[in-house]
Amino acid sequence: MMASSYSAKDEDGHITVSGPGGGTLRNKKPENTAFKQQRLPAWQPILTAGTVLPAFFIIGLIFIPIGIGLYVTSNNIKEFEIDYTGDDASSPCYNCAKNFSWNNTKSCTCTIPFQLDQPYESNVFMYYGLSNFYQNHRRYVKSRDDSQLNGNIDSLKKPSKECEPYASIDNKPIAPCGAIANSMFNDTLKLFYNDPNGTSVPIPLTSTGIAWWTDKHVKFRNPVGTNSNLTAVFQGTMKPVNWHRPVYELDTDPENNGFINEDFIVWMRTAALPTFRKLYRIIQKKNNMAPTLPRGNYTLVVDYNYPVRSFEGRKRMILSTISWMGGKNPFLGIAYITVGSVCFFLGVVLLVIHHKYGNRNNSANISN
Amino acid sequence: RPCPADEVFIPPKFCDNRIVSSKYTVWNFLPKNLFEQFRRIANFYFLIIFLVQVIVDTPTSPVTSGLPLFFVITVTAIKQGYEDWLRHKADNEVNKYRVTVLEDGRRIQKESEKIKVGDVLEVEEDETFPCDLILLQSSRDDGTCFVTTASLDGESNHKTHYTVPDTERDVESLNATIECEQPQPDLYKFVGRMHIYKNNEEPSLRSLGPENLLLKGATLKNTQSICGVAVYTGMETKMALNYQGKSQKRSVVEKSINAFLLVYLCILVSKALVCTTLKYVWQSKPGQDEPWYNEKTLKEKETNLYLNMFTDFLSFMVLFNFIIPVSMYVTVEMQKFLGSFFISWDKDFFDSEIEEGALVNTSDLNEELGQVEYVFTDKTGTLTQNNMEFIECCIDGHQYKYRDASSEVDGFCVTDGPVNTVQQKAGREREELFLRALCLCHTVQVKEGFIASSPDEIALVQGAMRYGFTFLGLESKTMKILNRTNDVEMYELLHVLNFDPVRRRMSVIVRSISGETLLFCKGADSSIFPRVKQEEVETIRMHVERNATDGYRTLCVAYKHLTAEEYDQVDSGLREARLALQDREEKLMAVYNQVETGMNLIGATAVEDRLQEEAAETMEALQGAGIKVWVLTGDKMETAKSTCYACRLFKRNTELLELTVRTLESPGKRREDRLHDLLLEYHKKTVQDAPPAKTRVASQDYGFIVDGATLSMVLNSSSENNLHDYKDLFLQICQNCTSVLCCRMAPLQKAQIVKMVKNSKGSPITLSIGDGANDVSMILEAHVGIGIKGKEGRQAVRNSDYAIPKLKHLKKLLLGHGHLYYVRIAHLVQYFFYKNLCFILPQFLYQFFCGCSQQPLYDAAYLTMYNICFTSMPILAYSLFEQHISLEMLLENATLYRQIGKNAMLRWGPFLYWTLLGVFHGLVFFFGVWFLFSNPALQDNGQAFGNWSYGTIVFTILVFTVTLKLALDTRHWTWINHFVIWGSLAFYVFFSFFWGGVIWPFLRQQRLYFVFANMLSSVSAWLVIIVLILLSLLPEILYVVLRKPRGPYARQKLVQSSAGGIQSPRSSARPLLMRTFSDESNTVS
Repeated sequence: MMASSYSAKDEDGHITVSGPGGGTLRNKKPENTAFKQQRLPAWQPILTAGTVLPAFFIIGLIFIPIGIGLYVTSNNIKEFEIDYTGDDASSPCYNCAKNFSWNNTKSCTCTIPFQLDQPYESNVFMYYGLSNFYQNHRRYVKSRDDSQLNGNIDSLKKPSKECEPYASIDNKPIAPCGAIANSMFNDTLKLFYNDPNGTSVPIPLTSTGIAWWTDKHVKFRNPVGTNSNLTAVFQGTMKPVNWHRPVYELDTDPENNGFINEDFIVWMRTAALPTFRKLYRIIQKKNNMAPTLPRGNYTLVVDYNYPVRSFEGRKRMILSTISWMGGKNPFLGIAYITVGSVCFFLGVVLLVIHHKYGNRNNSANISN
Repeated sequence: RPCPADEVFIPPKFCDNRIVSSKYTVWNFLPKNLFEQFRRIANFYFLIIFLVQVIVDTPTSPVTSGLPLFFVITVTAIKQGYEDWLRHKADNEVNKYRVTVLEDGRRIQKESEKIKVGDVLEVEEDETFPCDLILLQSSRDDGTCFVTTASLDGESNHKTHYTVPDTERDVESLNATIECEQPQPDLYKFVGRMHIYKNNEEPSLRSLGPENLLLKGATLKNTQSICGVAVYTGMETKMALNYQGKSQKRSVVEKSINAFLLVYLCILVSKALVCTTLKYVWQSKPGQDEPWYNEKTLKEKETNLYLNMFTDFLSFMVLFNFIIPVSMYVTVEMQKFLGSFFISWDKDFFDSEIEEGALVNTSDLNEELGQVEYVFTDKTGTLTQNNMEFIECCIDGHQYKYRDASSEVDGFCVTDGPVNTVQQKAGREREELFLRALCLCHTVQVKEGFIASSPDEIALVQGAMRYGFTFLGLESKTMKILNRTNDVEMYELLHVLNFDPVRRRMSVIVRSISGETLLFCKGADSSIFPRVKQEEVETIRMHVERNATDGYRTLCVAYKHLTAEEYDQVDSGLREARLALQDREEKLMAVYNQVETGMNLIGATAVEDRLQEEAAETMEALQGAGIKVWVLTGDKMETAKSTCYACRLFKRNTELLELTVRTLESPGKRREDRLHDLLLEYHKKTVQDAPPAKTRVASQDYGFIVDGATLSMVLNSSSENNLHDYKDLFLQICQNCTSVLCCRMAPLQKAQIVKMVKNSKGSPITLSIGDGANDVSMILEAHVGIGIKGKEGRQAVRNSDYAIPKLKHLKKLLLGHGHLYYVRIAHLVQYFFYKNLCFILPQFLYQFFCGCSQQPLYDAAYLTMYNICFTSMPILAYSLFEQHISLEMLLENATLYRQIGKNAMLRWGPFLYWTLLGVFHGLVFFFGVWFLFSNPALQDNGQAFGNWSYGTIVFTILVFTVTLKLALDTRHWTWINHFVIWGSLAFYVFFSFFWGGVIWPFLRQQRLYFVFANMLSSVSAWLVIIVLILLSLLPEILYVVLRKPRGPYARQKLVQSSAGGIQSPRSSARPLLMRTFSDESNTVS
């Protein structure tokens, strides 16, 4: 007959679960298993002052040296930074910044002399830094078409809606589409070493190896058409509005051209914060003897194409060496030293408390 | 079957016999189920969020909230669909069942659902009745049939039902109409009458009662076949009417959840408001709203500013909506459902006598078991075994004590009566009259032993048997007794005046062979004494009171000779009342009261109801746990008091405050005045003079005794202005007493008391425990209702939330399971809010760094999976297996229960702690990584990280921290905890690799492509993850170290302390009853 255990109480769409049972459990002795009797063997850790104290000391003893190591490592990293925004009249780039217009076909060049007080021994990494540039703005972050960048022909011809308003011009698709691509950093930075004897030696800048390997080789791919000529493949697409050159003319090297141009890939990895730096070039160490960048005077030559004054942004060029922990950042070292010291300090305090009040603590707080 | 149309009222239509317990059909399942699910406020909220995501351009795709919601809805729908399918199946089985209908003298097979009211059905042995039938004809000679109602109320004994008189002979030619009341759900009530038309004679009238009604769902037993006429069909049957579910009880934890939800909703809204405001403040600066590199689309430019603000607000709501997680509801429900299995699995709850374990009727209240402050317990069958044993009797003031050491009575063996062993004897005639009374005045059936609804009756019949009078059984209205001289005496049973708790007595009217008509009455002294000749009372009263003080249940026996005229009067009165359609009960009662007067008292019986196993230990444990125990019983004060002493609810040093009819009687004063005085006096004593709560330890224990009559005076003295005061005073006194005994209570009064306490200040959690039908009202009223699978049927069990076989199991149920369930679910709730707070806080903070543009910090996959996969299993495992203190410890130290009293873990204090912890963690996660990203060149090849790396690092720290935080809280690591905690972390790592390792064709953006792997290749990321996790957990570790030790460590201390004499050593081998009472001396009266 109708089982009488139906509970008609889930009227309100509530996930009501009528308990296990009904008549089915009758006449059945519960199984005496550890699981059902809640007697599973269990490890019952007890955190007491006694067990935690050594841990605190150990953490302290491990963290403080690590912190010191990190701090020293970070301090040993050499970093040099020039702001070439050109917003104040004394700046060499003042004119370029002031006279900037999107219609200029010829780029404005400014030269900034600077001096390195120390030689840079190992590989030197050249970054450009932007401030107050919201690459992490939502409208900006989503304004890209990864399918197009991955070489999909359909997306090339018909970019995603997300790219609006940078998806097409006059019904012709933009390649690469989207706000990110459109605003790609296009200042050209060149470095010259001013030899003491007066000659200005250009420093060779490597433009590969600056993007993630997986981005360059998997995520970003040029569309493959009927012929291998990039120009032909991109036929029928428009260059982004603010670009001077179409995407297939970014570089002469076919391995670094089109969507797989590393400058482009680096730019497409949107930064986390409004002040950020992106890897621009690498200055490879030539031989073991000479430093990569010896002490001395240098000149930075900038093709000033990238306007930042309209949004009160700033532009920087950064030269930095790199350690195993990345660029210069004292934070980690300080954090480790702080946490380590706090642990150590707590360890001491706890030890004192434990010793002084431990016994009383043991006899009190029982039956309240 | 024609009948005079003017005499019957035929309703236009009866419903058919189709039982529809299912809620849905194939067609309406989807809309109806969805509608019902979305009526739930949480589901509706998530639906709104989902719709907002679909309509408005929001930062996260609708999938992130749609998927979990879809999951929840689907699982629920499948579960409900499955249950409904089962119902359909059961319905079909019932509805398509072939039944035999007698129509025009022929037997016709019909499907059960086609039965109409008025059809005459034939039912065979072991078949169930397809609808409610009036029994017309039985294959048994005596016009009875036996049924069992096991599937209705769980009572498996055979019940006798009677055919309607005069219908027995010729069903084929019967011409009758039936009037009956409107369908009502009470299984044990039925009123109707039958007009029988015979060959133009005056129609004869027969009354119909529940004894003539065969209920749908009951099974025919020991009877070859019966014929009956259908009176209620389909949804009007009593069984169907009883489906209407009980009102749902909500636990206090759920109320806390709702309060917290409100807080989080406020946090959510204020976060969204802050962000929206900031966004427009930020945008108002030149060049920020729309820099050249990030122009708006045409559509965005054209939209109205205020509409934009509104959609922005909604977007922020969506972005932060994860702070109120869908999954919490699912997890809480799962926890409750799965957790409740542990109760029914517990072998300690298994009782080998009845071969049953505990039964969980609802899993909604598991945690409430850990919050109980008041226990209301029934006495008979709950505190006591309801296993009656005849101890002694008194006849005409002479005591007869049965002095056989092996007092076990079994079978029909006749022992030498005590009559010879007692010096003082009443006259033999009186003795025999008394024993005959015992043998006749009952409703016991003989079937392989005695069967009766009340164990008292069996004890009495067995007692009489011991003295030489054996009841042989009732056959077609004739009761047979084997008397001392082994002669069979026959009595014609004329009427049974049934027992009911209001009258507290029952009577039979029998006619002996010699034609004498006798009325035998037995009942409580209070209801018998006023109805007998007063000069007989005093001698018996002494015995009764002494017996009652010893803890025995006493009954007085009286008889009365009825003259022929008297009997005729009674007979007609009874018949008339039984035929009444309205107020039948009252009319019957009036006749009963009329006839049960002027009786002669013969004697009294004393029956011992032994205490339940470990009743005293259980009560002591409950009191140790800070639970106040109230005994609510219909029994006499003296009996109940002695039970209380035996259960150690009252102790030697307990000062008893009595508020009973006895103490109210004082010369020269009105009862009301006396009541007023007493209440004030007690109030002064217990409330005003009580030392402040802190120093309660040494204060005097008070016990309070109140009886039903006085209670109704207190509660119902509505004419007086100070009614409210009385109730308040009364409640305050009660709350300051350690135990309260309410005796002589009617079932409804029990519920009244529970309700009064439940609604008192601080709304304490109440628990009612009982085993009988008279406890159902209080079981339903209390927050938690516990049924004992006792001897008085199954009604209490059916209406309870949990059912246990014995009282002693209550201790483990509350102190063990209840405590653990509460701690588990409280932790679950707090943890859920905490983990979502520190999940969403970084996302909120990130808005300050992305121009308040609603840019999510985490990838959509992480947003979706966080609550579903990465962090849900460990907390579920914790909330199922955690034993922060082992079960044994909890049972040994009842005081531990007090630690979680008053919803201790879900009050605002702990909530604030968890919230602050969540805020702290959120801040640490976000700003720790923020400092790191001041130079995003974090790889050793100089390459930089972007925003998705930022989010992934924060998320990794988050997942590890909240999981390890739970690991820190876990005191009981079973292999499942290990598996789930480390498994979750491993799964997170695995998933992140997997998710970032493939270019997903269905994704528009490959945001996370190799982000996780690249993150792991950076030493800095590793270092920051480690240090931030440690920093986050540091306060937690400190807290754990510095707070009061618990667990095994505490056990040592407790053991030490109990050895030091704080806990009094328990004497387990105390006598069941303490016979030496000093209660008279310290009773204030």
